[in-house]
Amino acid sequence: MTDTAKPADIKGLSFEQAVAELESIVSRLERGDVALDQSIAIYERGEALKKHCETLLSAAEARIEKIRLDRAGKPQGVEPLDGQ
Amino acid sequence: MTGALTLFPVVALSPNNRGACAFRAACEGVFPRFMTNLFDPDSTTNLYEYSVSELSGSIKRTVENAFDHVRLRGEISGYRGPHSSGHAYFSLKDDRARIDAVIWKGSFSKLRFRPEEGMEVIATGKVTTFPGSSKYQIVIENLEPAGAGALMALIEERKRKLAAEGLFDEGRKQLLPFMPKVIGVVTSPTGAVIRDILHRISDRFPVHVIVWPVKVQGEGSGDEVANAIRGFNALEDGGPIARPDLLIVARGGGSLEDLWSFNDEAVVRAAAESEIPLISAVGHETDWTLIDYAADVRAPTPTGAAEMAVPVKADLEAQVATLSARLKAAVTRQMEANRQSVRALVRALPSLDQLLALPQQRLDRAASSLGRGLELNTLNKRRAFDTAAGKLRPDMLASRIAERRQMLDQRMVRAERSVERLVDRSRSRINRADAALAGLPGRLAHEIGRSGDRLKGLALRADTALATRLSRERSALAAHERMLLSLSYKNVLKRGYAVIRDEADAVLSSSGAIAEGQALSIEFADGRVSATAGEGGHIAARPRKSEKPAPAKKPEQGSLF
Repeated sequence: MTDTAKPADIKGLSFEQAVAELESIVSRLERGDVALDQSIAIYERGEALKKHCETLLSAAEARIEKIRLDRAGKPQGVEPLDGQ
Repeated sequence: MTGALTLFPVVALSPNNRGACAFRAACEGVFPRFMTNLFDPDSTTNLYEYSVSELSGSIKRTVENAFDHVRLRGEISGYRGPHSSGHAYFSLKDDRARIDAVIWKGSFSKLRFRPEEGMEVIATGKVTTFPGSSKYQIVIENLEPAGAGALMALIEERKRKLAAEGLFDEGRKQLLPFMPKVIGVVTSPTGAVIRDILHRISDRFPVHVIVWPVKVQGEGSGDEVANAIRGFNALEDGGPIARPDLLIVARGGGSLEDLWSFNDEAVVRAAAESEIPLISAVGHETDWTLIDYAADVRAPTPTGAAEMAVPVKADLEAQVATLSARLKAAVTRQMEANRQSVRALVRALPSLDQLLALPQQRLDRAASSLGRGLELNTLNKRRAFDTAAGKLRPDMLASRIAERRQMLDQRMVRAERSVERLVDRSRSRINRADAALAGLPGRLAHEIGRSGDRLKGLALRADTALATRLSRERSALAAHERMLLSLSYKNVLKRGYAVIRDEADAVLSSSGAIAEGQALSIEFADGRVSATAGEGGHIAARPRKSEKPAPAKKPEQGSLF
C-alpha cells in the first residue's frame, strides 16, 4: 500500500474533485489499457478517494444555529434556533 | 349677526378639534369691524384696520390651525435633491395647482423613499405660511409613493441606476459551491420560510445552517438585511462563529410594499458585494425584487433556494457506491483477464522434453547410422578402386596404341591417294588446254579466209543490185516525166487557153470576181500579158468564159484514165 503520501493530497480535495477523479480512475480501469502495476496503484487511489467521499458525506450533520446579536447589531455568538 | 352666520361653513370645514380656534380667529377678523365702525366717526367705513404683520400673522395662525395635519397627493415637481443644509425644497402639483413643499433635514433622513422628480406621492404634514413673502407651503413629515405604479417606477429607476454601476453584471456572478459545509440564512427566525428551508436542506443533505435573524418587513428591515449580509461576510474562517460558504436571503411572498426592503439600495449593494455566493429567494416566483438581480443566483422560492444550495446526499452516496463497485469490478476484471492470458500462454508453452525430443531423435538417428555409413562408404570406394585397378593392364595400353597406329596409317594412305588424284586431275586439265592452244592459229587463218570470200561475194552482189536498181528507177522516172508533161496546164495553154490572175497573182476562175477597172494578168502558153477589166461586150465575155473551162476539163478527165 502506497497510502503514505497520497491521503494527504486526497484530504484536501473537495467532494466534486474527489468524485471526478474517482470517475476518471474507474473509466481508465474499465477501458483496461492500464499497465498492471499502475492499475493496482490507481485502484488503491480510487479506494482512498471513495473513502474520502464517504467521509465527506458522513461528516455532514444537521446543525441549526442562530446568530446572537448585541445591541449594536454585531454578532456575539450562536445559540440553537428556537422551535427546532 | 348675518356675519356670524356666514362663518359657520368655515367652522364646519375646519378639522373638528381645531374648530373653536378657527372660529375665534375668524371672529377676530370680523367682529372688530362692527366695533370700530361704532366708535370711529371719522372713518368712512367701519372695517378694522390691520397692520401687514398682524394680517400675515393672523393668516399664518388660521392656516396652520386649519391644516396642521393633512395628507396631500400630488406629483413631485422641481425636486433637485436635498439642499446643502439638508432640507429639501420642491413643490407638489396636480393638473391645475401647485403648492410649495419642504422636508426638513430631520424628517428627510427618516423617509422610506427618496423623493424623485415626477413621482406621484402622498405627503403627510402641515401647511404653514411664510409671512416674509406672502407665501405658504406644506412642511412634509412623511412621504410615500402613491400606489403600485409609483413604486414600480421607483424600482425601475433604481434598477437602472444600479445596473449602470455594474452591480448586476453577469461577470460578477459567482458559482455556488457544490457541497457547502456551512450555509448562512438571512431571514426571519420565525415563520414558514426558515422552516421550509431547513426542512428541505435536511431532507437533501443535512449541513450546518446559521440563521441571521432579521426583520423582513417594515421600517429598518432593509438595513437589517444589508447588515446581516455584511455580517456574514465579516466572519472569519476558524472564528468562533463558522463562516458560511453560501448565503440564502429569503422571505415569503407578500405585496410589493411587503417586499420593499429587498429593493433597498443598501440591501442590493450588500448582496452585490458579498464575497460569499448568495442565493436570493424573496417572495414567490413572480415577485422580482432588486436583490434578485444582484444575487449570484435567484431562486424562485425559499424551498428552491434550499434545493440549489445542497445536492441530494443519497444521490451522491449512490454515485460513490456505483463508482466504488465499478472500480472493484474493473480491477477484478483486469486481474482476471491478466490471469487468463497468463494461463493461456502457459498452456501454449511446450514442455522441455517436447522441446528437445525432435533434435534428440535426429541426433540418435545420425549417431546410429554413422558407423554403418562409414563401412558402406569404404566398401563403395573399394569397389570403385577395384574396377579401376582391374582395367589398368599393359596389354590394354598396347592394344590401344596399335589401334591408334592403325587408324593413323589408314589416314596416311587416304591422304596420299587424294594428293595423287589431285595432281592427275590438274595435269590432264593442262594437257587439254595445251592441245586447244596448239590448233588455234590454223583455225583463225581459215576463219579469216572464209570471211574475206564472203565479203567479196557480198560486194559483188551489192554492185549488181545497185546498178539494177538505178536503171529501174531511171526508167520509172522517165515514165513519170512523160505523164507529168501530158497533164500540165501548159499543154492546155498550147491549145489556145489562158489563165487569168489578179494583182496578187491569185487565179480568177469566175467572172463575178472581176471588178470594173481591175488590173489582171493573163498567161498564155508563151508568156504573160497585163490587162485591165473594162468595156467589153457582155454577150461576148460570157460564152468565152463558159467555153473556157469546158474544153479544159476534157483532157484532165481523159488523162485520169
